[in-house]
Amino acid sequence: MIAAPALLRAIRPLHVCIGPTGHIRQVGKSFSKLGINDPSGCRFLEVFEILRPARPSSMSDLRRLTGEVLRLRLRQEPEIGFRGLVIDDEAQGLILDLSFGIAVVDAVQRFGLTAQDFAPGDLVMELLFLQEAKSSAIAASFSLNARLNGARLAAETDAMTDGLTGLHNRRALDAALARLGQSNTEYAILHMDLDRFKQVNDTLGHGIGDSVLKRVALILRSHTRQDDLLIRAGGDEFVIVCPGLTDHLRLTELAIRLISDISEPAQIDGQDVTIGASIGIAVSAATARCDPVTHLSRADVALYAAKRLGRGQYRFWSTDMGECLASLDLEDAQPKAM
Amino acid sequence: MHGLIFRTLEAFVSDVFGPDHWTRAVAQADLPVTSFEAMLQYDAGYFPTLLEACVTVLDRPGSVILEDLGAYLIIHQNHASVRRLMRFGGDTFAELLQSLGDLPDRTRLAVSGLDLPSILVQETIPQSFTIQCADNPIGFGHIMVGLLRAMADDYGTLALLDHRGLRNGAEIIEVQVIETDFADDRGFSLSVAHGAHHQ
Repeated sequence: MIAAPALLRAIRPLHVCIGPTGHIRQVGKSFSKLGINDPSGCRFLEVFEILRPARPSSMSDLRRLTGEVLRLRLRQEPEIGFRGLVIDDEAQGLILDLSFGIAVVDAVQRFGLTAQDFAPGDLVMELLFLQEAKSSAIAASFSLNARLNGARLAAETDAMTDGLTGLHNRRALDAALARLGQSNTEYAILHMDLDRFKQVNDTLGHGIGDSVLKRVALILRSHTRQDDLLIRAGGDEFVIVCPGLTDHLRLTELAIRLISDISEPAQIDGQDVTIGASIGIAVSAATARCDPVTHLSRADVALYAAKRLGRGQYRFWSTDMGECLASLDLEDAQPKAM
Repeated sequence: MHGLIFRTLEAFVSDVFGPDHWTRAVAQADLPVTSFEAMLQYDAGYFPTLLEACVTVLDRPGSVILEDLGAYLIIHQNHASVRRLMRFGGDTFAELLQSLGDLPDRTRLAVSGLDLPSILVQETIPQSFTIQCADNPIGFGHIMVGLLRAMADDYGTLALLDHRGLRNGAEIIEVQVIETDFADDRGFSLSVAHGAHHQ
């Protein structure tokens, strides 16, 4: 039968034999890879530091840990942790059988270990194989997720955008109204539609009509702030949501400028085109709080009130206009000069 | 069938012959998919259809395409991890051959859902090996031949590899190791950082 020290050397590359005085007698072959030149004769506790379950300071302390699984490290390489079992060698000495545990991945990197540095039965090769294979697989997964996310964001943007003008669409308006309903921000909603647009479309063709709509979008962009939401709500109908803007004077200025710029005669694809615009405005701060959808329909009511005054007019919603188009009292609408 | 398999075919045809050849092969195959994702599953029926289309577009036999694909996996920089994972099989080419039996299990552990055919390796006489690959998917043996040929080069070993066709429902590969120190070993270190020097 093979002698115990020779057996340990053959099968346990990371073992330590400690003599009765607490000095190292023999270590496994892989310690030389860790930069430990034969530590035989050194005090075990000067080479290793035991972290758990106790911190022994003498051989008799260490002996009390017989049968326990320890966490320890080399004083010289504190980043690499070991775990090990303390065995009584029944000759007043101790044997520590060590392994890297999960620190093996770091140890392999740090010390350039090879398959020969591990016990043949050790699953470390499988662990390293898995670690590399998993890293590759997860990298592939991340790249797929990144591409799917990019596609999702693009689809979301498309879903919220009016293809012709690049303004937001009705879906974006609904989302913005829902957000405003959740916040305490005051805001104004301007509801605008174009005058004579249908004639342009009917007489000059849809191509010119589309160009007119793009020109209107450009004018809207040039007169509004970064935070304002510009929506083409359909056909020749536009909505502007202005968060934080409730000042009547500034809103009046905005409406007048929009109407005047849009009404400016323009050359479009070689054709003289003249259209106009009417605007209804509802301001949230003007009344007791109500939901944004109600404000939108008030802006709609104000728009129809403006249109009844003739082309190129704007009106602010007021309580006398009522809440819906049906209740709008035509006779009561007071003309307001531009 | 695992997307990695389709993705590998796509990368091989695009990298080696050019993206236009892949576009033509996919059009020829008339599948509802034009580009494959490594981390999605696809209908297994697509593979023979795609391979058939590649045979037409690349104008060469399917067995040659699959062998080249196997070699490409080991040689091409984009797949350096495959070469490394194969080198975990052993310190010599012969050890690698002996470890091939573990390959399907290792692969399944790493990427669940990526099922390789079962592989049986026998050293019939010293330095002569017979490898049997189960016959699903058909043609896997050709990929193995190309892949092992490239691995023999990687170890600096001179070996003769031959696909002997189907026997009892299994693809048979015969390998003869002629000389182990034929050329320089490209080297392998367990540590990724060390291994990178050799790639």
